[in-house]
Amino acid sequence: MTRKEELLQDVVIKFAGDSGDGMQLTGSQFMNNTALLGIDLATFPDFPAEIRAPQGTLPGVSGFQLRFSSDKVYTPGDECDVLVAMNAAALKTNLRSLKRGGRIIANTDGFDAKNLRLANYPDGVNPLDNDSLSGFEVIKIDVTKLTREALKEFTMGTKEKDRAKNMFILGFLYWMYNRDMINTISFLKEKFGKKDDILNSNIKALQAGYNFGDTTETFTTRYKVDKAKMEPGMYRSIMGNQALAYGLIAASEKSGLPLFLGSYPITPASDILHELSRYKNFGIRTFQAEDEIAGITAAIGASYGGSLAVTTTSGPGLALKAEAVGLAVMLEIPLIICNIQRGGPSTGLPTKTEQSDLLQAYYGRNGECPMPVISASTPSDCFDAVFEAVRISVQHMTPVLFLSDGYIANGAEPWRFPKSADLAEINVSFKKALDEGETKLRPYLRDEKLVRSWAIPGTPRLEHRIGGLEKEDITGNVSYDSENHEHMVKTREAKVEKIADYIPEQKLDSGPDSGDILVLGWGSTYGAIRSAVTELQDQGLSVSHAHLRYIRPFPKNLGNILRNFKQVLVPEINNGQLIKIIRDKYLVDAKGYNKIKGVPITKTELVSFLRNML
Amino acid sequence: MTQQPTLPALTPKDFQTDQEVRWCPGCGDYSILAQVQKIMPGLGIPRENIVIISGIGCSSRFPYYMETYGMHSIHGRATAIASGLKATRPELSVWIVTGDGDGLSIGGNHTIHLLRRNFDVNMMLFNNQIYGLTKGQYSPTSEENKVTKSTPFGSIDHPFNPLALAMGADATFIARSMDRDPKHLQESLLRSYKHRGASFLEIYQNCNIFNDGAFEIFTEKGSKPEETLFLEQGKPLIFGAAKDKGIKLDGFHPVVVQLGDSVSADDLWIHDENDFYKAQILVRIFDDPRKDQHLPRPFGVFYETDRPCYEDVMSAQIQEVISKKGKGDLDKLLRGNEVWTIQ
Repeated sequence: MTRKEELLQDVVIKFAGDSGDGMQLTGSQFMNNTALLGIDLATFPDFPAEIRAPQGTLPGVSGFQLRFSSDKVYTPGDECDVLVAMNAAALKTNLRSLKRGGRIIANTDGFDAKNLRLANYPDGVNPLDNDSLSGFEVIKIDVTKLTREALKEFTMGTKEKDRAKNMFILGFLYWMYNRDMINTISFLKEKFGKKDDILNSNIKALQAGYNFGDTTETFTTRYKVDKAKMEPGMYRSIMGNQALAYGLIAASEKSGLPLFLGSYPITPASDILHELSRYKNFGIRTFQAEDEIAGITAAIGASYGGSLAVTTTSGPGLALKAEAVGLAVMLEIPLIICNIQRGGPSTGLPTKTEQSDLLQAYYGRNGECPMPVISASTPSDCFDAVFEAVRISVQHMTPVLFLSDGYIANGAEPWRFPKSADLAEINVSFKKALDEGETKLRPYLRDEKLVRSWAIPGTPRLEHRIGGLEKEDITGNVSYDSENHEHMVKTREAKVEKIADYIPEQKLDSGPDSGDILVLGWGSTYGAIRSAVTELQDQGLSVSHAHLRYIRPFPKNLGNILRNFKQVLVPEINNGQLIKIIRDKYLVDAKGYNKIKGVPITKTELVSFLRNML
Repeated sequence: MTQQPTLPALTPKDFQTDQEVRWCPGCGDYSILAQVQKIMPGLGIPRENIVIISGIGCSSRFPYYMETYGMHSIHGRATAIASGLKATRPELSVWIVTGDGDGLSIGGNHTIHLLRRNFDVNMMLFNNQIYGLTKGQYSPTSEENKVTKSTPFGSIDHPFNPLALAMGADATFIARSMDRDPKHLQESLLRSYKHRGASFLEIYQNCNIFNDGAFEIFTEKGSKPEETLFLEQGKPLIFGAAKDKGIKLDGFHPVVVQLGDSVSADDLWIHDENDFYKAQILVRIFDDPRKDQHLPRPFGVFYETDRPCYEDVMSAQIQEVISKKGKGDLDKLLRGNEVWTIQ
């Protein structure tokens, strides 16, 4: 039969199902397939904190949102065009994010009496059978039955067969969006290579889903999205934590310092530990410590010995590390502390995103304890931002706090990856010998950047002692002298502020240099701000966007930029943190747009807020 | 590393720093410092390859007085810092100085994990059964009912037996010595150093300000022979001023016996440092000396065994992965498996 082919510009699909339904895998397979076609995309995985919350329940729903477009994409989309609902709970929790008139692909087997009850639908009510979904287009497929049917010649049990349901759905979507399935078939071969039965059943279910679309006459339209106009070059898709791990490896290669990671597993940072532990052939030493404190203190030991030392964590872990961060500030040794933020306080919302650790990063230690703070704004930006964090850390002999969050850590986007040769060298050197006229090392003697030397154990004649007690200027001997203490406090502060001379000036991301509103953002709000601001600019409104990578110290020209606008808006996924620092430092009457719901700010809400400001 | 020039033989003085030692006069720490400085020249390690890491507490000032590399870190974390250093610089000789508060209370977690991982480091735990630096609160090794600033009606805490804790953490070297027996302390330090793996050396150390005489019964001439038992490899467990008492195993129970016509040295427990099961009993000989019928307190090397060191296994694993996969190629890594080109 003949099918219409419709060209679409921008599509948002949400894959939602029980956390055991394999929705993350389904979504990421569709994402890879999309990326390989040169279509731009962004993803937003959204999963429960429990590994397997009770099956079929509302808290057990796991989602994967994918937006793809022939235009440049900056966010995973505010609303979905298509919702794949593997059960009643998945429909219920995600329906409000579906566009009016959007399409629901429902697995009818997931809407039986039991699933409806678990999803808290009243007795006898099935949303697929009444008119509650009349504003949407509903495609009902009994995925379970069709999958079992397709796999009837396989000898495995029904439970095993049902595990291939997600492949059926994936195959169906591949048909609907006019795709080939080569990448998924080779993925399955790699994953299940030696388990013939599982491999073949998955491939069979995938093909069955595809053929179902092809042969069922009700589906009259297939869709296509063209390649996006992106900068020429070679691309791959990348997730934030993966980019961060690669950035660290690249920085290790480019600085010549061996990489050491001391870490304790914590959501959503653990993937960095997983990723780095895979690359031992780069000489990387990963140390899964007994706790957060041991993670960072082992890293301090490694840095003292001359390694590029890193610790990774999330909010609660950063709180535990605080005293050790202070030690690193006092020792003035390099250390990268990566905080992948999540909802807080306390255990908070482990799998949800938030930007609420900025003040902890900035101030959260005892004493006057300044250190640089660097943030990443998109998944691939984690690579560049952490590379820069390493440069600052080793060239300025200071711990650096790197901030990312759950949203960009688990989100993915296409990445025009760099060539190793194009990455800048990170120049760093250890002190090798005493200087002319020196009879012993003066560990706290500083250069013009106020930076002390890195003298590592094993270097003859540079034996010296350092520690957490206040240091005498230059000699590093223990000192309780009051004048010296004030001098050292001011010097440590000045050293961090001086880094502003060695970082680029702040640039506007878009918009004129002066005007009605400057939207000042940091971190993962980049995509939403960028999209909202561009939309308003297209309508001729005077709105500009600046996005901070360097939060401490700020770029030197930031104050001037702020003063060129009538109003400054600071959108944050917290209760107002950057805004406090901005107001404090620049005495600017900045306004906040704050959302603390565990999810990203959307373009739509930001556009309407900005409109009201104008 | 820079090539090491041939240096004249070092003396204990070469390990002294220009910093004034600031422990209280009469503190047991002075003796321990002196013994460490005495044995260091004989180890044949250049000073620059020695690192001493401490936490917080009186004992943790130690690195400032040693002309080596050193770090006076934060409370309880010396063990974890040493782990990271040793993991990345296996060739260094790493010494940890900690105390009963630092190593068994706030840092207790890191202590047990250091021991089970078996980094090749030397851990000296100065046990004075009191918090000295904070001016006299009870510690996790203080005896029950102890009256201190924070326990005016007596401590209700049950104390740790540090060696049994080390044994439980699968330490590969477990020993006890004391500040007042310089010769024994030097021997114990040397044994700790020679052991390849994490050495746990508990040193009884007198705090003459806040807990004076805590170990008097073991250290003073009058009581020492009857109250202590010095372990020697392959030798029977004999003690007493007249060397007339011994320890025998009655089933699993150590009992004191009088040597004489009916009992000879051959009947006694013969010390074997490498016997895992007997070591479990030996570390448990921890009687309160104030009680009747108590056993003498053993000193010396309780247990030693060989187990691969963490840093060696870590390095070997890296080498193994390199030989399997080839040395890491950054361009290949960044490229990944699936790429597409935009023209």
